[in-house]
Amino acid sequence: MKGSMLIDGQRVDFNGEKHILEVIRKAGIDLPTFCYHSELSIYGACRMCMVEDKWGGIMASCSTVPKDGMEIYTNTQKLKKHRKMILELILANHDRDCTVCEKTGRCILQELAIRFGIKKVRFDKDEKELPVDNSSVSIVRNPNKCILCGDCVRMCNEVQGVGALDFAYRGAKMQVTTAFNRPISNVNCVNCGQCRTVCPTGALVIKRDIDNAWEVLNDKNKFVIAQIAPAVRVAIGEEFGLEPGSVTMGKIVAALRRMGFNQVYDTSMAADLTVMEESREFAGCLQKGERLPLFTSCCPAWFKYAEQKFPELMEQVSTCLSPQQMFGAVIKEHFKTDREAEGRETVVISIMPCTAKKYEAARPENRNSGTRDVDMVITTQELAMMIKENGIMFNELEEEAVDMPFGLSSGAGVLFGASGGVAEAVLRHLCSDKTIGSLKNLAFAGTRGMEGVKEAEIELDGRKVTIAVVHGLKNAEALVKMIKAGEKQYDFVEVMACPGGCIGGAGQPVPQSAHIKKQRTKGIYNADSGSTIKRSEENPTIIALYEGILKDKHELLHRHELNKES
Amino acid sequence: MKVNNIEQFEKVAVAARKALENQEKRVFVCCGTGCVAAGSFGIYEELKRLVAEKGLLVDVVLEAEEKGIGIKKSGCQGLCQLGPLVRVEPFDYQYFRVDKQDCVEIIEKTLLQNQPVERLMYQSGSRVCHTPVEIPFYSEQTRLVLGQCGQIDCENIMEYIAKGGYTAAGKALLQMTPEQICDEISKSNLRGRGGGGYPAGRKWSQVLAQNSEVKYVVCNGDEGDPGAFMDGSVMDGNPHSVLEGMIIAGYACKASEGYIYVRAEYPLSVARLQLAVEQAREIGLLGENILGSGFSFDIKINKGAGAFVCGESSALTQSIEGERGMPRVKPPRTVEQGLWGKPTMLNNVETFANVPHIILKGAQWYRSIGPENSPGTKAFAITGNVNNTGLIEVPMGTLLKEVIFDIGGGINDGKKFKAVQIGGPSGGCLTETHMELPLDFDSLKKVGAMIGSGGLVVMDEDTCMVEVARFFMNFTQKESCGKCVPCREGTKRMLEILEGIVAGKGSLEDLDMLEELADTISSTALCGLGKTAPSPVISTLKYFRDEYLAHVVQKKCPTRNCKSLSSFVINEALCKGCSKCAKACPATAITGKVKEAFVINNRKCIKCGACVEACPFSAVEEV
Repeated sequence: MKGSMLIDGQRVDFNGEKHILEVIRKAGIDLPTFCYHSELSIYGACRMCMVEDKWGGIMASCSTVPKDGMEIYTNTQKLKKHRKMILELILANHDRDCTVCEKTGRCILQELAIRFGIKKVRFDKDEKELPVDNSSVSIVRNPNKCILCGDCVRMCNEVQGVGALDFAYRGAKMQVTTAFNRPISNVNCVNCGQCRTVCPTGALVIKRDIDNAWEVLNDKNKFVIAQIAPAVRVAIGEEFGLEPGSVTMGKIVAALRRMGFNQVYDTSMAADLTVMEESREFAGCLQKGERLPLFTSCCPAWFKYAEQKFPELMEQVSTCLSPQQMFGAVIKEHFKTDREAEGRETVVISIMPCTAKKYEAARPENRNSGTRDVDMVITTQELAMMIKENGIMFNELEEEAVDMPFGLSSGAGVLFGASGGVAEAVLRHLCSDKTIGSLKNLAFAGTRGMEGVKEAEIELDGRKVTIAVVHGLKNAEALVKMIKAGEKQYDFVEVMACPGGCIGGAGQPVPQSAHIKKQRTKGIYNADSGSTIKRSEENPTIIALYEGILKDKHELLHRHELNKES
Repeated sequence: MKVNNIEQFEKVAVAARKALENQEKRVFVCCGTGCVAAGSFGIYEELKRLVAEKGLLVDVVLEAEEKGIGIKKSGCQGLCQLGPLVRVEPFDYQYFRVDKQDCVEIIEKTLLQNQPVERLMYQSGSRVCHTPVEIPFYSEQTRLVLGQCGQIDCENIMEYIAKGGYTAAGKALLQMTPEQICDEISKSNLRGRGGGGYPAGRKWSQVLAQNSEVKYVVCNGDEGDPGAFMDGSVMDGNPHSVLEGMIIAGYACKASEGYIYVRAEYPLSVARLQLAVEQAREIGLLGENILGSGFSFDIKINKGAGAFVCGESSALTQSIEGERGMPRVKPPRTVEQGLWGKPTMLNNVETFANVPHIILKGAQWYRSIGPENSPGTKAFAITGNVNNTGLIEVPMGTLLKEVIFDIGGGINDGKKFKAVQIGGPSGGCLTETHMELPLDFDSLKKVGAMIGSGGLVVMDEDTCMVEVARFFMNFTQKESCGKCVPCREGTKRMLEILEGIVAGKGSLEDLDMLEELADTISSTALCGLGKTAPSPVISTLKYFRDEYLAHVVQKKCPTRNCKSLSSFVINEALCKGCSKCAKACPATAITGKVKEAFVINNRKCIKCGACVEACPFSAVEEV
């Protein structure tokens, strides 16, 4: 619907906005909300976005349709009084240990309490403490900080289709919890952490591995190696006031060295390995006409989701380990003899945009070296905290290059950070046309962009290959169902659990608006453009690896149980 | 025996009427919830056994030529206070407080000799009332929706048909278009009986206008107000009237499926509706091509999950879908996107039960009952400190005093009237000053109360209004779905404050805070339940502020209900020093020497009142 309305006396046009909250924000008024997120359904529970019409009627702007000629007031005394009361009511029921809260400084409740000048809570604090759920390796759930806005519930249900969280109990006893109140590690949670990206308070936060990291970094008997995932470099700058999408790889490397890492590598190198392995596997499947479509395996949240929801599909999920795990396995193998001689232990810490990578690294099968191949996972946000803790002025850092011998990676490897990147990288490798024109064609084939499901059709050696790229597990579920029903046919399907791919991972700085995700994606493609090596097979490190330690140790790069079967 | 067209249906109706006539005497044992609790099933079985022994029993389904007696389970006969009730036709004798032992006498005297058993009848002064019309409780009522409730066998479709049931459905399906029906309902100005009073005709037309292949009719039978049992009584007393209303509604809005959402705490209603649906299917009044009209309709019974909030339309439809019952934001409204996201006509039980009457007798007739803007009748459940508690039905606009004093018989134990809570926990209280208030949607709204679904809880002078407010707030807080902040957190804080006041810990600031919270909750809550949750507090604060002040300033409960605010003392002048009080005290708070005045240590006293009862000289006083 089109028209115009008066907002606080200012005329504002609207065109297709679904509710007046959008129109109000367009008019430059930051109306407070807890439960509104443009990517989630309208919930209408926090009642902070109430507005008043000219007759004194009060309505929630998130659920009121704009009408031509409307006259709305957003900040009357009456509304302010109600908003303050609502904030006071939430605060009264809230675990107010702000100074030691993981979310302090970025908590929306805190921000609004400051904005509305809440200086006193006139109600008694509830004495009853609910147990904190520390069971997951990825996230921590503290119900005492939950304000029951339902954002996590809707994220988990509507976007991810997982449904690990929901409401239980009634009235003041209501809680967000798991089925039968089980520990979250013991339910169908896939560790994607998207719940925590929308949580306005500290009720859902990333499981902190910072202290463990400091411990190993300060242990002389440990040789600590970092690997940095592609998506980290385009987002961490946001924590230091840089524009989303700024590529800060060199600064990250410099920061890590100052923090005491012995060597620093780029996970994109391992992504190149994944491209090689997965392309070989895919070409084999195409040739034999088996296991089609082949699903990617590098997203651990998707992997767990598929295991739980579509166990019959696991045969068609690539046997390739994710780049993180390939790198871990290769590093541990490579440094084994040297370190043993030195009497030092090699510790691999990966810097990831993802909470599920913490879970992936901890999976029991990912122990080629006898111990964990990746010892620890630090998310982008945790890394930023570590940099701040050490007082490193990130923006002032001179850029540094990664170490050798695994220091080279291709632009294709960097693409893994955005949705569609794995598919595009595999295609770059498989496509026999190695000209620049072919690169451009692939970029426009349809794997890029923010739509939930993307399709592409490519000609490979005279055969038409159809590809689907999907992000968001709810989208993935719908796609898998269509494939199973025979409504859709593909040869290759890339799945990333998080909307936007790894750039939208739950380990990244928040908030993550659609605009921010777009900028980060742009950053990924800029990083690719800036790279001199475009295709994985052209990466000299890869070539050296295949001639070196991987010569007769291919199994390092694959999931074992399936290998044994085949 | 399936009827495929109206001729076959009429044949069945004639046969049913004849079978009914063959029952020269009919005994209706009230099997409404109250009487069932008082043992009416036992009476029914006993009567049946005794009559069968004499070879007089005749069933209505039997197309028996021989004449005999019918023993039936009826729905609520109204005066629940005096249950179990038994009514005998054709004399219309109404018996009260019937016991199993009375059955022999009823059979001997009434069924065999046509004589009344006067000792089981209602006494109005020295006069014995043989029939309901002689009893003011009944004579002042206009029973339309409840008309057949208590007068037909609620488990037998044939009796409903014999009494003219399903003729309205026949008329609607075969002689009227959906538009004509919506029009007729609009003209009748029937307003939704669920509480809001939204014009039913407007709602029906809106659903009819929706362009959708699939639409639903949903009947809200999730009656949850404390003290209300009107819908339950209609569902278990005359379930077919609800089904018939829904069939007509389905035809009128072009829906082919209906759901009845019944409180799971109403097992009788669930069972009788289920039976009614099966019987209607069997005879072809539900299913494909009803009466050859080309219209198909079926009804599913859905048991509620036990939440008050599921009476709210969007929470109710979510609950049917198997989701957690929580109200959602509107738009879209239920008429546009209700059950399973399809256009849905949702009305309450009483609304549907009105429909067959309007179709048969016309909108004009309907509007002749009650006031212009709220025509028709309204069923009320009247409970509390009133002489005649039970189920009543009066024309809209009946004055409050007529309901409480003429029908309800006034306050029991000669006490004074204090207030009446109308509309359940979402409603407000009315006082002495509202005695001349007509009970209809608009008049009640004007004084800050609401008709709600129709619960009337009458309170006498001994009732503490702060405690009443606390009671209702406790109810709404426990029943809040927890979704929106003002309702979830606000009612919790209001309850905390009220609990503090009745415990003697209140302050004047608490009253301001109550009003402040009430303002935010009623202005900003998401659904109707939340918006009206503070009503009992607002209205008691308005009409009984003195009582609140007494609690917070003088720390006294004027009605002495709030035990924390009272203390016991022994009047030295009256105490003979017998020590009975000290022996009765479970807290050893009373000490003294025999033959001298005893003393109560109020620090130890637990205010149980045992000493008051134990004292033979009334020397212990509560102050």
